Amino acid sequence: MLEYTLKRAAGTIPVILGILAISFVVLYLIPGNPAETLAGPRASPESIARIAREMGLDQPLHLRFINYIVKILHRDLGRSAINDRPVYTSIREKFPYTLKLSILAMFISIISGLIAGIIGALRRGSFIDRLCTVFSVSGISVPIFLTGLILLYVFAVKLRWFPISADHCPNPWLGLLLPAITLGIRSGAFLARIIRSSLIEVLNQDYIRTARAKGLSSWRILTHHALLNALIPIITVIGLDISSFLNGSVIVETIFGIPGLGRFTMESILKRDYPVIQGVVLFSALVFVTINLLVDLLYAWINPRIRDEILAGKS
Amino acid sequence: MSRLTFTGKLAVVGLLFFILVALFAGVIAPHDPTETDPERILKAPPGFPLGCDQSGQCVLSRLIHGARLTLEIGFFARFIALLVGLAVGLTAGYFGGWWDWLLMRIVDIFLAFPSLLLAIAISMVLGQGLLTVILAIAIVGWAETARIVRGAALELRSAEFVEAAHAMGASHTRVILTHILPNCMPLVVVIFTMGMATAILAEASLSFLGLGVDPSLPTWGGMVSTGKDYLLHSPGLSIYPGLCIGFAVVVFNLLGDELRDVLDPGRRSQW
Repeated sequence: MLEYTLKRAAGTIPVILGILAISFVVLYLIPGNPAETLAGPRASPESIARIAREMGLDQPLHLRFINYIVKILHRDLGRSAINDRPVYTSIREKFPYTLKLSILAMFISIISGLIAGIIGALRRGSFIDRLCTVFSVSGISVPIFLTGLILLYVFAVKLRWFPISADHCPNPWLGLLLPAITLGIRSGAFLARIIRSSLIEVLNQDYIRTARAKGLSSWRILTHHALLNALIPIITVIGLDISSFLNGSVIVETIFGIPGLGRFTMESILKRDYPVIQGVVLFSALVFVTINLLVDLLYAWINPRIRDEILAGKS
Repeated sequence: MSRLTFTGKLAVVGLLFFILVALFAGVIAPHDPTETDPERILKAPPGFPLGCDQSGQCVLSRLIHGARLTLEIGFFARFIALLVGLAVGLTAGYFGGWWDWLLMRIVDIFLAFPSLLLAIAISMVLGQGLLTVILAIAIVGWAETARIVRGAALELRSAEFVEAAHAMGASHTRVILTHILPNCMPLVVVIFTMGMATAILAEASLSFLGLGVDPSLPTWGGMVSTGKDYLLHSPGLSIYPGLCIGFAVVVFNLLGDELRDVLDPGRRSQW
């Protein structure tokens, strides 16, 4: 396991370097000269040149890239072009909201995905199975802003069960419920499809027939034999969820007024605050890579066969 | 066609419907989608079945013209993504070695970004516009295509008919174009169909964030975005275009599922 862990971790290094390179290029290409922005509108050319020198903008590109990496290692993701606030400080302040939202959404996703997937697999072809399929196809297809707007309209505007903006909610988890459902239903729908098909596959295996022949109850077969084998796809989907939650938070947090990383991104887009957007995108990519690494390790830990295959060179 | 299931036929009918609406948008739409009128703002005068938006533009006409723009953006974005993904995937899988390693690391890097955030960053660099939206969706989408095609090419590389072609002295280009590529075609069709669904969602998300095409142009995502400010008064402004997006995505997803089963039954279990 240690060998695999090291190998897998080493594999992320080129990816992380590539992410840094792309975000460096983005920073380099975005419109506007950062030195001019920092110096203000009435600065003389000399002072702009001085600031550019201080920022290291006169150095050759490869040195600037190295400086960029060094800065990021020191948790310096740049500063806002609007109010000069360090991007890292803002991210640290906003990320907990997004994290809380994602955890709640993942919870909803797993519960709804498991229920719909298991029912679909056990009562294959029945009316309730069709209903679950409709739920999962529409869950995948309906854009999250539509789900969000409909939930907001029905439960917050018409029924008034929830506040319109999570900002003004007395209970922080209650305010997160609608947005978490919005995010969670989509990945829950995806999960339901995968659990259904992998359960159907597992339930046709010989050892399930043996278990049934031994006289075990359906419930016991499901929990002790079938579901354990369906665990792998569940973990894969959870890894993918992180990406969809980071994407979705931009839209959902905007709709429901959650002061997290997503709304921060949206506000920065509106203000054309390029350094902030670049910093947030970089941060999200690094979070995503880290989570994927952990998911892969978990994967190999649960299923040693995969680990051995990869170590044998069949990557 | 006879092999299609009921849902498959439904999806084909849905697709034809969308294509026809998009093609004949100018004929079907009751009004000019960009014609504003302060008298009609947020009202539903006779002759405007779905009412008018915040500038007095006919919602139904904008939905109809939106079908055209949305399908166009999705098609061109996925087409570019497909060409790049094919070139990368075929050569990586066929040649293998360091070339494969290099290309696949680049693919890994692009897949490491949350897709919408990468699209946002690209839109910021390129500036607002139709071409930007198409390129942003294409840049986000090519990597996945490349990875799937590479897997297929890797398998086909050692197929007997490929070895036979080599033995007959066929060049690499010839082998790739006449033996590997045609055998990847069913896969490519499925990827493209499923990709249309993601492209429509991506366009809608970008428009929703104000990074789409010019808001006066009718796109479904843009309509949801401007409509959400009037949610309390006229929820239809954002719900109708949202439903259109949902239906279009369902159609492409179902069609993709169906094509996968029909064209490529052996691979079904792989994805």
